[in-house]
Amino acid sequence: MDLYEYQAKHLFGKHGVPVVPGEVVVTVDAAHEAARKIGTAVMVKAQVKAGGRGKAGGVKYAPTPDDAAEHARNILGMEIKGLTVEKVLVTEAADIADEYYVSFLLDRANRSYLAMASVEGGMEIEELAVERPEALARIRVDAIDGVTPAKAAEIADAAGFGADVRDQVIAILQQLWRVVAEEDATLVEVNPLVRTPENRVVALDGKVTLDDNANYRHASHIDFADVQGVDPIELRAHELGLNYVKLDGEVGIIGNGAGLVMSTLDVVAYAGEEFGGVKPANFLDIGGGASAEVMANGLDIVLGDPNVKAVFVNVFGGITSCDAVANGVIQAIAMLETRGGAVTKPIVCRIDGNNAIEGRRILTEAGLAVVELVETMDEAARRVAELASGAGKAA
Amino acid sequence: MAIFINSDSRVLVQGITGSEGTKHSRLMRAAGTNIVGGVTPGKGGQDVDGVPVFNSVADAVEATGANVSVVFVPPKFTRGAVIETVDAGVPLCVVITEGVPVFDTAEFFQYAQNSGTTRLIGPNCPGLITPGQSNVGIIPGDITPPGRIGLVSKSGTLTYQMMYELRDFGFSTAVGIGGDPIIGTTHIDCLAAFEADPDTDAIVMIGEIGGDAEERAAAFIKENVSKPVVGYVAGFTAPEGKTMGHAGAIVSGSAGTAAAKQEALEAVGVKVGRTPSATAALMRTIMQSL
Repeated sequence: MDLYEYQAKHLFGKHGVPVVPGEVVVTVDAAHEAARKIGTAVMVKAQVKAGGRGKAGGVKYAPTPDDAAEHARNILGMEIKGLTVEKVLVTEAADIADEYYVSFLLDRANRSYLAMASVEGGMEIEELAVERPEALARIRVDAIDGVTPAKAAEIADAAGFGADVRDQVIAILQQLWRVVAEEDATLVEVNPLVRTPENRVVALDGKVTLDDNANYRHASHIDFADVQGVDPIELRAHELGLNYVKLDGEVGIIGNGAGLVMSTLDVVAYAGEEFGGVKPANFLDIGGGASAEVMANGLDIVLGDPNVKAVFVNVFGGITSCDAVANGVIQAIAMLETRGGAVTKPIVCRIDGNNAIEGRRILTEAGLAVVELVETMDEAARRVAELASGAGKAA
Repeated sequence: MAIFINSDSRVLVQGITGSEGTKHSRLMRAAGTNIVGGVTPGKGGQDVDGVPVFNSVADAVEATGANVSVVFVPPKFTRGAVIETVDAGVPLCVVITEGVPVFDTAEFFQYAQNSGTTRLIGPNCPGLITPGQSNVGIIPGDITPPGRIGLVSKSGTLTYQMMYELRDFGFSTAVGIGGDPIIGTTHIDCLAAFEADPDTDAIVMIGEIGGDAEERAAAFIKENVSKPVVGYVAGFTAPEGKTMGHAGAIVSGSAGTAAAKQEALEAVGVKVGRTPSATAALMRTIMQSL
């Protein structure tokens, strides 16, 4: 889960990282009031989970509360990279003497964490890494040892922080590491970290990604969840505990196992090239078990997508045998019909693996008008693409 | 021979008294696995289908001489279970559990590395099988007979699919390495083991979007693998920024795309199939020519 800047700063504050005071608001009047309370010049900052907010006009300096209100009026409702701004952060405007960059991230390749730091902050880090790689220190962080005072000093010195700020940076690096270790963050980035003319080092921005697998040990993280920009079908699927991602095509996809479902999307897209470019409408992994109820929920979600013209059920029976999968499909369709509304969209099934012959026999003998059984994955993909394009009539 | 497991593997099941642990212990035994014990803290002295249960991995190892452990415990206990296995000096620890926080994995992977004694496979993986000898995890035991193809894959069901498509040739060992951002055994580890294995003639490698493990595997193949390798990559149509089922399966910006992985593999002479069946067909041709 990616966090908004104000949420990231909340976690920074909790672990002692210096941030400037601020308040997140959703109305123009509240922005005025927040600026008045802060009592100094403020920044009004769009809260969206996208980079490039400044360039899009979503970050403005406001010397007075009236200016803050005016900026909030312009920024609230603005679109940045397809996301509507619903909240702004009103925060004390800091005077900046120097801009720095620091981050910690999960390093998949080295199977550890990586600290990155630079005294040349303020630009996009991707740019800095390409244009001035020697200015970006990269130091491995061991998950067991973490960021000790010695490790923090190693990072600060590799980046070349001056004696005037070194101690503060060393403290901040250890505090930011606590966000990784104690909040289960896979990314913690501060860009910019700044030095004020009074020689105080402060995090002016913040980006945090949390590990969803760790939600069970962070009850408070549920407050960070938000549904902005999430597709309504995706929301419903997640409420049902389904592993579903909405895509923009016409062929509904249900399969078991993440790899097989990804592969199914590809095979359908290739087949679709022959039929006017039909594409997969979703990713849905119903997992190894593939019980009738999960199948029913999955079919319900996929058939409920108005863009879906035909559905491809692609199951490889491993531990679950194909006769159970076939019965699951039959019961799922019966369940959906009792829940209301006949199932009319064609459903192409390919079931293979453990006890496939029996599974196919069960499906064939059930004689369901909407279900079409096809033997191989490639042929089934071709058939479902044909049906979705309207070129082939359902059998 | 084969890789990592064989008929000498003496397997311990951590979480054997849980429903998944019990179910899969039965299936593993039916596939010929020598399960010598189970571990569930507080349930030592009991048995599951005649398999003795111990309170700790150390007790179990002492009593049974186990040299492989397979972990079915819930995510919140996984870190502790792996550390216990490493401390007991078990050479191979296979973690089936899905949903382990990646910080925990980073810690127990590092712990296993530091020990110098324990290879970790997983987490979030289906395990591995050396058909006819030993099956550790949840891969169905009856898809394929023994043979001379080695398989390494991030995905469970694609592993099964590929084993099924090539069951007339059979497999030396098939390893499901898992789809998490950090995994204990990589494509490269398996490629190196298959290259050294006299029972393996050719290798199928299945990858998917996310990270750069396939690109690094390609570089490794170029320098170190003389046996023929056929590849498959899932996720060409996956959108940027969306996690596709596996925690590690995500395209971030321009990094981790299926196209980049295919390109890297083809650049070192690995033939990459467009679909699982096309990949199996490529391997079929190779096996027929050997």
